[in-house]
Amino acid sequence: MKIKLTFWRVVFLLIMAMGLYSTFVRYFYGLGAVSNMTDQFPWGLWIGFDCLCGVMLAAGGFCVIGAVYLFNVERLHSVVRPAVLTAFLGYLLFIVGLLFDLGRPWYIWHQLIYMNPHSVMFEVGMCVIAYTTVLFFEFLPNVLERFNLKTPIKWINKIYAVLVVLGILLSTLHQSSLGSLYLIMPSKLHPFWYTPALPFLFFGSAIAVGLAMTIFESTQSAKALGRHLELPVLVELGGALLVALWVNALLRFEDYVHRGMLGQIIKPSYEAYFLWLELTLAFVIPITMLSFKKVRLSPQGLYLASVISLLGFITNRLNVSLTGFETYVGHHYMPKWTEFSVTLMIIAMGFALFGVAVKYLPIFPEEERAVKRSLPSEPEPEVATAVLSHAGD
Amino acid sequence: MSKALLYDATMCIGCKQCEAACAQQNKLPYDDRVAAESVQSEHKYTVVMTKDDKFMRRLCMHCERPACASVCPVGAFHKTKEGPVVYDVWKCIGCRYCMVACAFAQPKYEWGSLNPRVRKCIMCPDRVVAGKQTACAEICPTGATKFGDRDDLIKEAQDRIRDNPSNYQPRIYGLHEVGGTCVLILSGMNVEEYGYPASAKIGDTPMPEYTGRVMEKIPDFIPVWSLVLGGIYWISHRREEVAAAEGGEKNGSKR
Ligand code: SF4
Ligand code: SF4
Ligand code: SF4
Repeated sequence: MKIKLTFWRVVFLLIMAMGLYSTFVRYFYGLGAVSNMTDQFPWGLWIGFDCLCGVMLAAGGFCVIGAVYLFNVERLHSVVRPAVLTAFLGYLLFIVGLLFDLGRPWYIWHQLIYMNPHSVMFEVGMCVIAYTTVLFFEFLPNVLERFNLKTPIKWINKIYAVLVVLGILLSTLHQSSLGSLYLIMPSKLHPFWYTPALPFLFFGSAIAVGLAMTIFESTQSAKALGRHLELPVLVELGGALLVALWVNALLRFEDYVHRGMLGQIIKPSYEAYFLWLELTLAFVIPITMLSFKKVRLSPQGLYLASVISLLGFITNRLNVSLTGFETYVGHHYMPKWTEFSVTLMIIAMGFALFGVAVKYLPIFPEEERAVKRSLPSEPEPEVATAVLSHAGD
Repeated sequence: MSKALLYDATMCIGCKQCEAACAQQNKLPYDDRVAAESVQSEHKYTVVMTKDDKFMRRLCMHCERPACASVCPVGAFHKTKEGPVVYDVWKCIGCRYCMVACAFAQPKYEWGSLNPRVRKCIMCPDRVVAGKQTACAEICPTGATKFGDRDDLIKEAQDRIRDNPSNYQPRIYGLHEVGGTCVLILSGMNVEEYGYPASAKIGDTPMPEYTGRVMEKIPDFIPVWSLVLGGIYWISHRREEVAAAEGGEKNGSKR
């Protein structure tokens, strides 16, 4: 098998090379050398992006599982496996990210023996450990099927109900608790982002992001694998995304009204610019787009709206974790290039592992199964051309 | 009864002997260069700042309800009954949540170390437990830093303000802030001018309560939510079974 050096492979190798260099700096010269974190900014990009955004972006797993197994949205069945795969990889990479960020990662297991039940971070940690285990079992059938091991699959199917309920319970807890992390900093976090509603907002955005992420990854992998896109699936997800975005937007609005902040958020200021950026990307553009039926029925439209809203929610998490502290600290924080490169490396690893998994494991349904399930009215040729035109750009 | 430190800025002559004594007590480097540093750091637990010929000390406040202890996932910080908030480096995993959470920005980090520790004034716990004063209070030549029972020190501070009202701002910083602290500050100037967080901003509510309000709901939330989720699961799969039993013309396709 010869390996072609495509553009993306070169990019991947470059990212990995820079990431490995930064990894070396991290473990041989310390956090101070590898990052721009300081006593004033003890949490930087790695917490803001790798942890807060990473966990949020992995929310697709529990959203889709919930829709299919709790609410019988049968159509989404074909995206359960990719969503679980994304979530599983997401949490694994989140743990990898933690190993970079923790000052004493070799003691990470202390979490299991020295417990402080009052700590939100303890709760998040325990939930993440437990949920990653649940995801492992939800993911395992892919591997077992690949090797034709029928008996263990039967066992897993027997406990599947427990896995479903446990997975959603744990996700509810830690997705919202990531927001609770910031509740103890009322005097530090800017009032645009500090609100007692943080846990609700974090949970709400996780659901919207979970849906958007599922649209993103199915489109992306369909493109990569040259598969048909199952339009009805995307349309269903797009509709749900629109509702989720509305609910989130109303929650945010309600929170600002409740705290009497409306006057302040429309006044131009450093924080306001970032807030506007966040709200425009997360809500204004995607909601407007998805309100058009034409967009809701087109794969590109759905894809674009999802990506924009993802960027918006990522901006939101970075605002909560970074922008929101700059006024308190009195100066800006800009991650060092080595911080960026570690983050990029982790993202690249995610894409690569996803690619390997869908290649070697039965993640996506066989083409004939997909055809059998698809509705007779499905405009297949249209979708196929859409995919083609997409692959061109 | 919990011990405390009373720092009276009007009595401080800026000799920085507390800095030196603290460094010695905690085996930290101290020389002219460190003495000239005007900020706290991982090698400087306490600092005496100068502004317009007036002095002000900073050190960990040893909160009655410390945020640092409440947020630490492994409980590396804890409040002793004698007053000091102490740190167990062995437990620490280095998440730095304590640093982000402390309203007084006291915990500092060994950014240059490969096995970094969180550093802050720990109120000389060995000395305090042994019934001695803290190193900084013992060395202070004017009594500006005074060690004692918290209640006694509060009374004394109130007396000083009453006897010399023109010398002092009419408040004891740390009496009520974040639910009270074991470092109390008297001063002629506003402590905020030296970088202390404004009382109005941090408030009198102990910081852990902001999280506690949510955390205390979790034990109830878990069983309720599990039941709800389990119930929905059961109902939606019941339907499927019923549909299947009824001949399953269209299994589970419509609701
Ligand atoms: S001042 Fe900060 S570090 Fe000191 S006890 Fe209070 S919360 Fe902890
Ligand atoms: S850095 Fe250490 S002491 Fe501070 S919260 Fe994390 S584990 Fe606890
Ligand atoms: S109480 Fe002890 S540790 Fe704290 S500043 Fe004084 S000498 Fe240093």
